[in-house]
Amino acid sequence: MNNKQSKFLVIQHIIVFLLAIFCLFPVIWVLLSSFKPQSELFKIPMTFFPKNWSFSNYVAALSYGSFTRYFSNTLFVAVVATVITVLINIMSGYALAKYIFPGRNLIFTIMIGTLMIPLQVIMIPIFLQLKRFGMLNSLWGIIIPPAATPTGIFLARQYMVNLPNSMIESARIDGAKEFFIFTNIIIPLSKPIIATIAIFSFMWRWNDYLWPLIVITDNDKQTLQQALANFVGQLQINWSSLLAMTTISIIPVIVVFLIFQKYFMSGITTGAVKG
Amino acid sequence: MKKRTQKGNFHQILAPILFLLPNLLIFGLFIIIPAFQGLRLSFMKWGVFTPKQFVGLDNFKNLLSDEVFWITFKNTIVYSISTVICLLISSLVLALLLSRNKIKGEKAFRATFYIPALISLIAVGIAWRFILGDEMGIINYVLREMNFNPVSWLTNGTMAMLSVIIVTVWAQSGYYMIMFIAGLQAIPIELYEAAKIDGASAFASFKRITIPMLKSTILVVLVLATIQSFKAYELIVTMTKGGPGYATKFVVQQVYQVAFIEDRFGYASSMSMVLMIVIAIFTLIQFKATGKEESYE
Repeated sequence: MNNKQSKFLVIQHIIVFLLAIFCLFPVIWVLLSSFKPQSELFKIPMTFFPKNWSFSNYVAALSYGSFTRYFSNTLFVAVVATVITVLINIMSGYALAKYIFPGRNLIFTIMIGTLMIPLQVIMIPIFLQLKRFGMLNSLWGIIIPPAATPTGIFLARQYMVNLPNSMIESARIDGAKEFFIFTNIIIPLSKPIIATIAIFSFMWRWNDYLWPLIVITDNDKQTLQQALANFVGQLQINWSSLLAMTTISIIPVIVVFLIFQKYFMSGITTGAVKG
Repeated sequence: MKKRTQKGNFHQILAPILFLLPNLLIFGLFIIIPAFQGLRLSFMKWGVFTPKQFVGLDNFKNLLSDEVFWITFKNTIVYSISTVICLLISSLVLALLLSRNKIKGEKAFRATFYIPALISLIAVGIAWRFILGDEMGIINYVLREMNFNPVSWLTNGTMAMLSVIIVTVWAQSGYYMIMFIAGLQAIPIELYEAAKIDGASAFASFKRITIPMLKSTILVVLVLATIQSFKAYELIVTMTKGGPGYATKFVVQQVYQVAFIEDRFGYASSMSMVLMIVIAIFTLIQFKATGKEESYE
């Protein structure tokens, strides 16, 4: 390696390092500030680390109104919705990958095509539809309608196309029922893609704001993201509590990410390379 | 494959339909029917407290002279084009830096750049509002300490739009970076080696090998980022509330306000229709421009 190349490599390291700081700084700054007592938060001169580490913001956040309620609502929605999403999406993925039936490609195209009709452009008719079904102001109204996801179906199908047909065929010859083949052969073979869809679903549900906003009006049925948005909407923002609440809301997804990192990466790349 | 399907086998047809049923029902009830209802509503005057009334093209005529709508429309287009271009460049640059095993700790850096994409846009907006505050934000504090003038990041119209764009790029680059890394790693290394032997410069091989080979990844990123940008709402809710004035107000926020706060469902639906058409047009342009047909197969 010549001198010019190694210099270039050093510059690349510096750029990556600076970008990483830009990337992490906001998160770290919020985290550290959430441990500053209220009197210290905006005190000049500002310090990077809290001078007196304090948990009072967290105590205040947890005792604020229905914060624990918002947390458990969000957890309930995220977990139940993820179970339903995984189940119905891998069922669809399997049907589209391993059966030949009239209209298969059309159904697949329509399902993927729904990506182009996001909730944001059909908020009003969705609201009316939920009202018709009596699903307004119910956590099920947040859970059920977005459980069918084009990306989940796409990921499941791409994965299952590559599963061997021979196992399915021989199970059929042995007289196995179609549903038995799905639960006892396909599901065990599909664990990686199930994990991927589950993680994305959990993260998306945890972070979602617009569905709860449209469905829920009762205070005690709201989710964390709604609560955060309401808290910011107040005239006088209590930053100390808000930063603690924000940190609490971020932690679960970061933990899930750190544990299941490889599934995140494979989930995103399936779409990218196949295109 | 075809040979093995027994014609007339009831289970071979019924089973996949049953497997697809829950998804088909949900898509039908909560996307496809609402899409048509939305279209129908856009020709009506209607709210929760006002009776339904067919008004033909009146809503669209009123839209033409609705100043606030056009401001939010223009804002959305400006925001969309800027974020899509910036995201494309930033995520490709990150991917180029982190896909060739040259940087120490490559994997850790990839994870680092992905972290902002994990955080809800509501929380992202809160974090940046805290950082960019005029009086109490850390950035203006540092600027003052260094004897620079503080910047009105969120209280000046132009700066607020710029801030929202930068924060969007901050929040989403990591996601598209992962896509580009996968795309880059799928390019056979022999192509670069052959180009090197032929004496091609780094820039030439980037232009003649990397970009053409990345075409399908670029298309996917463009389409996803565009749809994402037109959906923008959450970040605005916590970061600027659409202000100052209408400076960062986008169509989705306007639709929400007209529908659920002003109770004009019909009129808001006509705005949604315009948004839906624009999303469709942008997506089609990108498919044409990158010269590739839709291929999920």
